[in-house]
Amino acid sequence: MKGKAMINIISPKNLVYSRPKAFTDTPTHYCPGCTHGTAHRLIAEVLDEMNIADKTIGVAPVGCAVFAYNYIDTDFVEAAHGRAPAMATGIKRLLPDRVVFAYQGDGDLASIGMAETVHAAARGENITVIFINNTNYGMTGGQMAPTTLPGQKTTTSPNGRDVELQGYPIRVAEMLATLEGAGYVVRRSLHDPKNIRLAKKAIRTAFEVQVRHDPKNIRLAKKAIRTAFEVQVRGLGFSMVELLSTCSTNWGLTPVESLKWLEEHMLPYYPLGDYKIAPSVAAVKI
Amino acid sequence: MTRELWKGNEAIAEAAIRAGLEGYFGYPITPQTETLEWMSRRMPELGRIFLQAESEPAAINMVYGAACTGARVMTSSSSPGISLMMEGLSYIAGTEVPVVLVDVMRGGPGLGNIAPSQGDYNQICHGGGHGDYHPIVLAPASVQEAVDLVPLAFDLAEKYLNIACVLLDGSIGQMMEPVELPEMRPVVRKEYAWATTGAKDRSRHVLTSIYLEVGLEEEVNLRLLKRWEAIKANEVRFKEYYLDDAEIAVIGFGTAGRVALSAVRAARAQGIKVGLFRPISVSPYPYQQVAALAERVKSLLVVEMNTGQMLEDVRLAVSRRIPIEFYGRLGGVVPFPDEILGEIQRIAKQPPSLEGHPAQRWLERMTAPQR
Repeated sequence: MKGKAMINIISPKNLVYSRPKAFTDTPTHYCPGCTHGTAHRLIAEVLDEMNIADKTIGVAPVGCAVFAYNYIDTDFVEAAHGRAPAMATGIKRLLPDRVVFAYQGDGDLASIGMAETVHAAARGENITVIFINNTNYGMTGGQMAPTTLPGQKTTTSPNGRDVELQGYPIRVAEMLATLEGAGYVVRRSLHDPKNIRLAKKAIRTAFEVQVRHDPKNIRLAKKAIRTAFEVQVRGLGFSMVELLSTCSTNWGLTPVESLKWLEEHMLPYYPLGDYKIAPSVAAVKI
Repeated sequence: MTRELWKGNEAIAEAAIRAGLEGYFGYPITPQTETLEWMSRRMPELGRIFLQAESEPAAINMVYGAACTGARVMTSSSSPGISLMMEGLSYIAGTEVPVVLVDVMRGGPGLGNIAPSQGDYNQICHGGGHGDYHPIVLAPASVQEAVDLVPLAFDLAEKYLNIACVLLDGSIGQMMEPVELPEMRPVVRKEYAWATTGAKDRSRHVLTSIYLEVGLEEEVNLRLLKRWEAIKANEVRFKEYYLDDAEIAVIGFGTAGRVALSAVRAARAQGIKVGLFRPISVSPYPYQQVAALAERVKSLLVVEMNTGQMLEDVRLAVSRRIPIEFYGRLGGVVPFPDEILGEIQRIAKQPPSLEGHPAQRWLERMTAPQR
């Protein structure tokens, strides 16, 4: 009887929240408090909104999101550690009219896969990279990553990251923004609803950047913009959305404490913002 | 068709293009760079995909991704670069997608040199990357044979969803020979039931090499092994020369086999009953044919441009039925026919021993003080 009452309540009129079509009906394996699930959901929502799930191929990383394909309902391949941008390049070059995205963590993208990342961006490879920065290697149990903050304790920096010995964290978005081929490089955060909404918008823009690489659309964009500066723009190019994320389990914090820690410690070191918006991208209205 | 003078590396590239190659991803390394260069000119002019990767790991992973779309794709490299590709090759094997690889071997280990060698035999034929898998490996002894084997490599890779490697040494890559190239075949994108092309009007495809459930991983391994058994049964290739009445058989692949053929002809001219067995598929290895050969001849001479890597496969096939001798040149040295002729003459004069290890006896001869 109760169940029936529930069904009556859920009518299209008052439905405010449901599982995106591009999200499989599978409970995720992520830890409580982890923001991978949020990031996955944002991607699925954008795929739905743009109606592109059936022309999208995802590239899963090695890391906690190795099974991203269990949750995001598109064709998927599973890359070797750090090689997702290379694999995405191979797919995109052979299937230029499909949407190709790589989903990578900070160890995967910024350590072992840094060369693949930088060169995909430098080539203006028309792919989208969703970059999860949670300042550690999650899957292997919380080791120091290239993004680990100065002084942050991890299982391989037990006394806190000593920058004299272990160097400084890498600000990936800022670095990639210096590259000519990068069309859209931004950093967002998943620590509160307002930022999650901004993150989703950024993901949407990143996919739009890729979809509009279609030569016809470039021509239209160029026609519309009509300035000498934009004429130089060769294409919308590589897009990356860095998402500041939590790792409650390895940080040793509760989910709520993790969100606070992100806000208090990560935001100052990794300022949110738009690091590269190519002129042609600025014309992308979503 | 007329024969034209072609450099090995360029002929290989053109043969691949004419076989319907859709995408090439590579990285410069001597002595195979001409393949990359030829692709960089020809592929774009045909509207096909060429990309110079930032590294060999990137190149092989681009090929991996491109192969997942069902397209006919390849890469090429030389020994140190092939080492860097081993990770990707293992993933490709585990994902069961077809890829063609050309290895133009050079002297090693380490940075070694850029001279011809066969030192990658074990790395290519017996794994190299982690896990249980077997690539198909075809070893040409001339530019023409390389040109003929490249299209075959694609066909085999796609038939068996397996890695197919064309394994040659720097001399075949670098030398110019008259060759007849195949006709241009059209590019055909096959409709594979597994290709990741976007799940339009079908259920989605996921290509992966991770199976956390050990039972599933074991299933994959058994499937790969079963496929390998079919390859072993159907795809063994070799050539025989002057073996009908031979009492001594020389066994060598690629350039070593080709040089040995000159030595065999010279020995025949001196009345020595010697022939040559040249494996073309070095993986699957012609074990049965070598075993049968051991029933026909009195002794064997294995010649390689390495320390005796294929020798172990010959020993596996022959067991201790007849004596085996070994002759190798290393580090980029190509043997002269006279050196091999000397070995044939020595064996003809005094049959070798069944005792001991052929490579040990060879090493003692190689390192004995000169008189």
